[in-house]
Amino acid sequence: MSPDNFVEISGLQFGYGRRSILKGLDLRVPRGQVVSIMGGSGCGKTTLLRLIGGALRPSQGSVVVDGESVGALGRDGLYRLRRKMGMLFQFGALFTDLSVFDNVAFPMRERTALPEPIVRDLVLMKLHAVGLRGAAKLMPAELSGGMARRVALARAVALDPELIMYDEPFTGLDPISLAVISNLIRTLNDALGATSIVVTHDVRESMKILDYCYLMAEGQIVAQGTPAEMLASDKPYARQFFRGEIDGAVPFHYPGADYRTELRLGNRDR
Amino acid sequence: MIDKGWLTVGGIGRWAIDTFLRLGFAARFLGLTLLNSGVCLRRPRLVVREVYFSGVLSLVIILVSGLFVGMVLGLQGYQTLKTYGSESALGVLVALSLLRELGPVITALLFASRAGSAVTAEIGLMKATEQLRAMEMMAVDPIARVVAPRFWAGVISTPLLTAMFTAMGIYGGYLVGVVLLGVDEGSFWSQMQNSVDFREDVVNGLLKSLAFGFAISWIAVFEGYDAPPTAEGVSGATTRTVVTSALTILFLDYILTSLMFRGL
Ligand SMILES: Nc1ncnc2c1ncn2[C@@H]1O[C@H](COP(=O)(O)OP(=O)(O)O)[C@@H](O)[C@H]1O
Ligand SMILES: [Mg+2]
Repeated sequence: MSPDNFVEISGLQFGYGRRSILKGLDLRVPRGQVVSIMGGSGCGKTTLLRLIGGALRPSQGSVVVDGESVGALGRDGLYRLRRKMGMLFQFGALFTDLSVFDNVAFPMRERTALPEPIVRDLVLMKLHAVGLRGAAKLMPAELSGGMARRVALARAVALDPELIMYDEPFTGLDPISLAVISNLIRTLNDALGATSIVVTHDVRESMKILDYCYLMAEGQIVAQGTPAEMLASDKPYARQFFRGEIDGAVPFHYPGADYRTELRLGNRDR
Repeated sequence: MIDKGWLTVGGIGRWAIDTFLRLGFAARFLGLTLLNSGVCLRRPRLVVREVYFSGVLSLVIILVSGLFVGMVLGLQGYQTLKTYGSESALGVLVALSLLRELGPVITALLFASRAGSAVTAEIGLMKATEQLRAMEMMAVDPIARVVAPRFWAGVISTPLLTAMFTAMGIYGGYLVGVVLLGVDEGSFWSQMQNSVDFREDVVNGLLKSLAFGFAISWIAVFEGYDAPPTAEGVSGATTRTVVTSALTILFLDYILTSLMFRGL
């Protein structure tokens, strides 16, 4: 384990019940960088984030975050470690019964003993950073998708985390909101001196802000490199993923009986 | 045929195992909730807020239902008592029926369908929209922060609402019996005062409603927390809260009545 890496994962295996999802995955996230994890839907990206956050435990291999092995931590250790993390969920996961202001204040009020005037100033600063100070009094239901994502981002960085994880932050956003969020990811990371992991399928937008990129398939990392290297890569998965080819290493057809055999059998029955 | 019969036995077996597993989960969940209830003492505001919501949701329906139930009791009681020439006992009949049975049971049924289902839906939706996971990732325990305050709010609200239901019911009985049908006002109240025993009737009724509140709240928070994180999952859980609560209330009522009023 090198101290230069904030997250280090080796030989990670995990499955839900008997269905194995991650099959020996290795991955390193150096301190201060913005690293993305890409891969098709259902390949286990969210699962991987939950393993890093300690919400799930590895069945084999290790997940080390800031020098601590996540799988070996008890509840208290885990909660202590999570204080260093912020996470942006796929659709924001704002608390629907709290206003924008109270959502951002939530982690401060729950986890620190800061007096209310300081909480207020901090919240306004965080909201200002995502450009939504004026929306502090709105309820989550009154926000557009992009605004909700920005509020959730302000909440995720409320306590200046050392590691920020983003689960598909670009899903369902219009091009403008998308560019806004992707810029925020980079600026917040650099301003806070944090490390970021961005899970996404959005090749084009995320490539602009990334330092390094991992491509997942079949429970493993199948390609990695800087954005430029990935776009130029000739590995079959990378080629298919980054150029949007329909058939390739990931087959278009879900595995099944042979097409012709199946059709002919259908005819004979009639 | 044999094959089918075997399958049915297997089906019943699986159903029984599933039910017991779920009961086990529910018991463990209740244990966790109780263990994590310290927050409610340290920050009573969290509970007060939920009592307020449950109360606002249920108050109107409780008061109106209480009034009508009392009025019907007054009417029916009057008809029956008149045949024996003892209309003056109407106050006793109305008060005892409400304090011992109708107050706790009907309030609990109404509370389960109004506030219990709302709690299930709210927690289920918070789960489906990842709010609970987000909380966990902020190192805040959702059982302590979300579940425990709602649980205790339900336990506290039910006896309070029962008291209001019963008071409205007695007033309804008074309206119909005394004001409408002309039962003597003095004997209506004085017989009630003489025959209603504080410990035997009032306290037992409130204990019943406390037990119902505990059961409803347990069912409501568990169903919400256990709901599959989809739209169908949440709506199914909401329905289950109402049905399971109703059955539990009526069953518990029989058990408690047989324990409390054995000597009567
Ligand atoms: N709680 C769960 N129980 C069982 N299977 C799950 C659960 N969560 C996810 N899965 C399955 O694991 C696979 C990976 O899920 P996920 O990590 O959410 O994928 P991704 O985020 O890459 O789209 C999916 O096929 C999904 O159906
Ligand atoms: Mg996902």
